[in-house]
Amino acid sequence: VVEGLALLDLGVSPYSGAIFHETPLIIYLFHFLIEYAELVFMITDVLTAVALYLAIQDFNKVVFKKQKLLIELDKYAPDVAELIRTPMEMHYIPLKVALFYLLNPYTVMSCVAKSTCAINNTVIAFFILATIKGSAFLSAVFLALATYQSLYPLTLFAPALLYLLQRQFIPIKLKSKSFWLYTVQYAALYLCSLVVIVCLSFFLLNSWDFIPSVYGFILSVPDLTPNIGLFWYFFAEMFEHFSLFFVCVFQINVFFYTIPLAIKLKEHPVFFMFVQIAIISIFKSYPTVGDIALYMAFLPVWSHLYRFLRNIFILSCVLIVCSLLFPVLWHLWIYAGSANSNFYYAITLTFNIGQILLISDYFYAFLRREYYLTHGLHLTRQDGTEAMLVLK
Amino acid sequence: GGMLAAAVLLLLVAAGPGLVPVRAGRDALREELLLSPLPDGDVAATFQFRTRWDADLQRGAVSHYRLFPKALGRLVAALGVRELHLALTQGFWRTRVWGQPPLQAPAGAELWVWFQPTVTDVDKAWEELSNILSGIFCASLNFIDSTNTVTPTASFKPLGLANGTDHHLLRYAVLPREVVCTENLTPWKKLLPCGSKAGLAVLLKAERLFHSSYHSQAVHIRPICRDASCLAVSWELRQTLTVVFDTFSSGQGKKDWSLFKMFSRTLTDACPLASQSKVYVDISPKNKEKELLEVTPPPTSVHEAIVQGDKRTYAVYDLLSPSLFNTSRSLNVQLKWKRPQDSSDLPTPILHAQRYVSGYGLQTGEISTLIYNTHPYRAFPVILLETVPWYLRLYVHTLTIITKGKENKPSYIHYQPAQDRRRPHLLEMLIQLPANSVTKITIQFERALLKWTEYTPDPNHGFYVSSSVLSALVPSVIAMKDVDVEQSPLFTSLFPSSDGSSYFVRLYTEPLLVNLPTPDFSMPYNVICLTCTVVAVCYGSFYNLLTRTFHVEEPSRGGLAKRLANIIRKFRGVPPL
Repeated sequence: VVEGLALLDLGVSPYSGAIFHETPLIIYLFHFLIEYAELVFMITDVLTAVALYLAIQDFNKVVFKKQKLLIELDKYAPDVAELIRTPMEMHYIPLKVALFYLLNPYTVMSCVAKSTCAINNTVIAFFILATIKGSAFLSAVFLALATYQSLYPLTLFAPALLYLLQRQFIPIKLKSKSFWLYTVQYAALYLCSLVVIVCLSFFLLNSWDFIPSVYGFILSVPDLTPNIGLFWYFFAEMFEHFSLFFVCVFQINVFFYTIPLAIKLKEHPVFFMFVQIAIISIFKSYPTVGDIALYMAFLPVWSHLYRFLRNIFILSCVLIVCSLLFPVLWHLWIYAGSANSNFYYAITLTFNIGQILLISDYFYAFLRREYYLTHGLHLTRQDGTEAMLVLK
Repeated sequence: GGMLAAAVLLLLVAAGPGLVPVRAGRDALREELLLSPLPDGDVAATFQFRTRWDADLQRGAVSHYRLFPKALGRLVAALGVRELHLALTQGFWRTRVWGQPPLQAPAGAELWVWFQPTVTDVDKAWEELSNILSGIFCASLNFIDSTNTVTPTASFKPLGLANGTDHHLLRYAVLPREVVCTENLTPWKKLLPCGSKAGLAVLLKAERLFHSSYHSQAVHIRPICRDASCLAVSWELRQTLTVVFDTFSSGQGKKDWSLFKMFSRTLTDACPLASQSKVYVDISPKNKEKELLEVTPPPTSVHEAIVQGDKRTYAVYDLLSPSLFNTSRSLNVQLKWKRPQDSSDLPTPILHAQRYVSGYGLQTGEISTLIYNTHPYRAFPVILLETVPWYLRLYVHTLTIITKGKENKPSYIHYQPAQDRRRPHLLEMLIQLPANSVTKITIQFERALLKWTEYTPDPNHGFYVSSSVLSALVPSVIAMKDVDVEQSPLFTSLFPSSDGSSYFVRLYTEPLLVNLPTPDFSMPYNVICLTCTVVAVCYGSFYNLLTRTFHVEEPSRGGLAKRLANIIRKFRGVPPL
């Protein structure tokens, strides 16, 4: 960003080079705030934490209400008393979420490095807050802002829509007219705000240069600077012939989990949002640790799933060890010259596998709990002996 | 007048040659050789072969080529070239030790061309031109493409006639990795009217020329005024070759030299096609002491000139004068030092520069340029042109210029950032150098990771950054008088001066060698497999969770393994599974 501002001062478009890839709104924000950069990033982190706190507080109320409704409707099996959540245990969850975000070493690192990812996180946190509070307009505006910043939050349109439909008590049936009406309304709000923001950026810098620089850059992955993601080494070692094909495959990979997840998790849109944010953080073209900090902040919300998680110990060890080894192997490759890029790449692979298995573990635990809630905790087979649950 | 004065002149091309009928114009060849002993004991030899042709290559199809080589003539006419400068250099001119260079060129291959305003697609013409020149000179100039071509705005003004200087017609490229060898010298010699058979060109033997510390051969084509009234255009082709023999400083010989010792040949006659053929030997006395050196055989005349702010005396041997070859069939100019000269007194040139890269690790680095102005009381501006390849990402907000401890803001700065894989960085600045000062210019950069096919076969050798160019009008201590181009073309081209008080100098700094982080080149298949495995793990887990539902496990009778295990258990007396 500092480079972009310096280029602007020299009278050259910041997008004429290949260094600056942020949106024009960011450059104008920092034009005024560059002196107080550290303060700005601290404030954005605090804002994110506060937004998450308020959002989860509201969400807990919704969860409790829904649980009460389902108990009265007798949807739950008789022996699941220990799985029912009580207000007592849910009392401290919002605080834990805020603390998880603020005290996460990844967040601290992101703040110290003054990475603009913190601003992305703030916008997404406000989007989540607006969605959970039920304001479709604000939710659409924040989602448009988040999509404008980095393309991937587009996939969060689905969970937000599902949540808002649920809140309005509109059933999700393809033939229902009110469903389509609401969907079209929300989509229109979203698209209009996106168009307004893009046009505003055009008028700020008087050119459309920023579109290939920002979105073309995200989609076509030209810069291969090593990061914690999977893309960089893959495209560094790619045969030129297949480069376009694999870029398309990798980008589609981020977006195509949305529809299946929407079908499976249509009753639980907030969990869907969590899984979607995690998938974006793992598979986006230039991931940073700030993105990881955002979805990890949600883990206390699902702390009641702890008894169903299968591999949590190994996965936490993997994640901690890999985070510690990242800087070591980077130093060995770039500065000491005694390791080569394969070492760093291996840690990248392991770290990403750890994250993927963490998310799928939570997903498994969530689905399992839902099964137990409806079918009872103590399952018996036809002959009366204790049963095992398998996925078939 | 000097060339820079002529460059300001507006030429009405339409009026002149339109009235002159198209025919083979007069052409003239002048060959000159300048031998100058350098301060540290080495000898620099500069050859210049200048062909001037009174014809207009741009208009009308000229079909009869005599002295002007056809290959270059047709190139100029077909591609609409206004000026062409190509230099192939091996080695580096050590300005501190050798003094101001007569005609410096950067290490490697340098090509800069001004196109005519009638050329519509300059980039296409540039590409064709570099390919054709690569064929003519057997050099890999076809590697010149958009990633190493820039369009400087201030540094390279036209040296020939020009009306208007739209810098979009200029292209400049340097290939720092280019190696110069015999196969580049041979086609260069072939372009000479006498070849290497007669005249000064007999001295150009490859085995001696490349056994030197600096070798630079160049071709310069430009339009000039035909006469003082400047109503018509002539074309001038100058082929120059500068070589520095280092027999003394490398400890192989004494400071005395002779043509035979340097070139292992002597001059036998002048080129029959040449109208002038001269050898100049610099016999300027140092510290005002005459009789320090002796030149044999005695020269035909002595010429005095003020060159680069210094008064110099030259012994002239005119190969066309009949008296030269009276005594012997061959001319072997010899110079003997009568008294051993104390070599501690090396005069420092007024403007010199050095450049280096600093930093550690393979992530970031810093390029620093030091420019020295040793003039005791005059300050003058200098234009610095830096071309940095795109994979060293410059951060212009880290650019600092410090003179004498204080910040020095450039009065003109033109920065064009690089685009990945398309064009390099271009930084041009006009910096004022105060008298007797050192200016330090630093800029930080970050190293990019390239795709594995973009590395050279020896990636750990590093990547070259081409020399930066410093152009300045250096004020001279002694007033210089204007020299006519026709009278002594060597001096006007080697030591140009615009007015009597300053002379034009173009210096090049060292090329830099920078290492980039490398991926492992043996791994493409492995990387693809492993990364796709990770993606597949995600896909697999999610597919399972999304498409399958929980079921209570049905008791099964057990497979083969279970039955075998039960049989073994029965033997052991343990309850069955």
